[in-house]
Amino acid sequence: MTKYKGSSQEAEDSQWDVIIEPQAHLFDIKLRDIWHYRDLLLLFVKRDITAQYKQTVLGPLWHFIQPVFTTIVFVMIFGKIANIPTDGIEPVLFYMSGITIWNYFSACLNATSGTFVANAGIFGKVYFPRLVIPLSTVMSNMIKFGIQFLLLIIAISYFGIKNHDFYFGSSWLLIPLLVLMMAALGLGAGIIISSLTTKYRDFTVLIGFAVQLLMYATPVAYPLSYLSTKSFINVIRYNPLTPIVEGFRYALFHKGSLEPIHLMYSGGFIVIILFIGLLVFSKVERTFMDTV
Amino acid sequence: MSTVVKVENLSKQYRLGQVGTGSLAHDVNRFWHRVRGKEDPYLKIGDENDRTVKGKSDYVWALKDVNFEVEQGEVLGIIGRNGAGKSTLLKILSRTTTPTTGKVKLKGRVASLLEVGTGFHPELSGRENIFLNGAILGMSKHEIKSKFDEIVDFSGVERYIDTPVKRYSSGMYVRLAFAVAANLEPDILIVDEVLAVGDAEFQKKCLGKMKDVSRGEGRTILFVSHNLVAIRSLCNNSILMNKGAIVKQDTTEEVLKWYLQSDKKKRFGKGDGNHAWFDSDMFLLKSIAINEEVEFGSAISLQVAFDLKLSEAKVDIAFAITRFYDELEIVSSYLSDDENFVQETKRGSYSVNIELANFLLYPGEYQINFALLINDQVEFYKEEGLLFNVVENSFFYSAKINTRKGLVFSKELLKK
Repeated sequence: MTKYKGSSQEAEDSQWDVIIEPQAHLFDIKLRDIWHYRDLLLLFVKRDITAQYKQTVLGPLWHFIQPVFTTIVFVMIFGKIANIPTDGIEPVLFYMSGITIWNYFSACLNATSGTFVANAGIFGKVYFPRLVIPLSTVMSNMIKFGIQFLLLIIAISYFGIKNHDFYFGSSWLLIPLLVLMMAALGLGAGIIISSLTTKYRDFTVLIGFAVQLLMYATPVAYPLSYLSTKSFINVIRYNPLTPIVEGFRYALFHKGSLEPIHLMYSGGFIVIILFIGLLVFSKVERTFMDTV
Repeated sequence: MSTVVKVENLSKQYRLGQVGTGSLAHDVNRFWHRVRGKEDPYLKIGDENDRTVKGKSDYVWALKDVNFEVEQGEVLGIIGRNGAGKSTLLKILSRTTTPTTGKVKLKGRVASLLEVGTGFHPELSGRENIFLNGAILGMSKHEIKSKFDEIVDFSGVERYIDTPVKRYSSGMYVRLAFAVAANLEPDILIVDEVLAVGDAEFQKKCLGKMKDVSRGEGRTILFVSHNLVAIRSLCNNSILMNKGAIVKQDTTEEVLKWYLQSDKKKRFGKGDGNHAWFDSDMFLLKSIAINEEVEFGSAISLQVAFDLKLSEAKVDIAFAITRFYDELEIVSSYLSDDENFVQETKRGSYSVNIELANFLLYPGEYQINFALLINDQVEFYKEEGLLFNVVENSFFYSAKINTRKGLVFSKELLKK
């Protein structure tokens, strides 16, 4: 009898399109909802891109200027002053490639970690899958990455012609995968932090300098091989970002080393982070308006 | 007719005060209870939501066991004073937050307008913002495209459509924003006080649009407003909320009657000589009295008794008559408007009788706003509490004006 009653309850519930309940299932991540809102996702990407350059003279050229100057500074400090070797890669290209892929990660992480706090205004007024916002940030940053990657290609071509040393091979096929890994890691870590900041703003302060420091724990300004004699190499090696940055250089220049197992380690780490991120995010998005 | 909104035992609890280390302790405690499979310890406590008294608990129930259903095509008004739980209810219905306990079931596409122009980006043009805002409200790109001309037309800002909205006047901004919202085609529309913006003409246009939508297209609307005129003209049925619970649910006419009635009881009654209303260094206000029932066409009188404590001062009394349900000010006047009035007053007890003779207000409920001025400074001001009813009399019937609209009737006009 009880069993019968239970099933009729379910039948009744299925008549409704939306049911608002206090507790959702732990794995209630509304991916179908996001597909339904794909137009909004693309419009947010477009907004991020166009709104940034309204009333600027140089527009998207600004994306060239930042990596160029950072590269110059790195060449001076790490190359000329500290004399750190670059795995036989032309120093300018070494630093620029590291900066390009690192910039993408830090931009994703910084922007997505502010999702809830920065968008509280919209979120408080209207419902749409909250994940649309961090996804759109990751996508619009990918366009910025594309622009910086173009600059990198130009630099590679220039030095390729100048030094008669140009590599273009199948390892370039790895690049899209590495970029996707960076996107997923930035997104995953970002939404975890943004979920925590809704209640405890301490994380906003933390993220401000943590990303900067993290760069020095990642082989952006030095090659991993340079540390082979150092005792703390394992700290850097177990940083899941390390194989991606190293892999990016390996793919581009076919110099240095890349162990598939390291890349798989990063991949596993990213899947876990992204999964935890999605769980935490979809739990927090339901009530964050009360605590933000 | 089928039920499209079903709210079951809906409750929402909020924690007062700031999020700090204390809330971390509560979170840990809550988590610890959950791990052991026990109930959330903070759900058992909580005061009802009354801002005027200081509660014993850090938790309040903004909504407590709310139940109602809405049929398809119904326009339901939700009224209640500030803090009644209207906004919390809307927040849950529009899915910006979740209930603490209970359930809401909805059928069809829901769009909520808790604000117009949500997500408008100041740097983007009107055109770009139409698409962005439309998508935020749940429209697909294709839908917005097909409605684009209609939206621009409704907003009346065609000329500026490619200008960034930061250059718009606030009126244009609101028009554009509402135009997008008005052309949404949800099955259930949830509207908060969005009509409080824009000029009168535009407000009328919006109300008209909402009427069309509900009557012509069979959409369901939940409308929250303090504007009782709008509620009266739009909604067939209404819900009256107070302190997080539904007090009355009936036809709009009945609910409004109940609301105005219960509101009146709460406000203070006639003052009496023994009970001082207000005491200060300068004066003691002993009573303000008013005849609560005034026959149409007869005088409205107001009696004020006070003691002046200063040896000598300029005393003046200001009052205004407003329509009760929307506080439209009809008359405002000062005692000193009378040229025979002597303002310079010595220490002592006074009682003043003010009469408004032959002042022909149509039957209905009115309220007097009262101020006492000493030496041209307002020392006492009361905006609510003095209510009176103008009731029909034989003349009123004979003149057959009981169906007319308006505020004031002129006998002089009738004689001609």
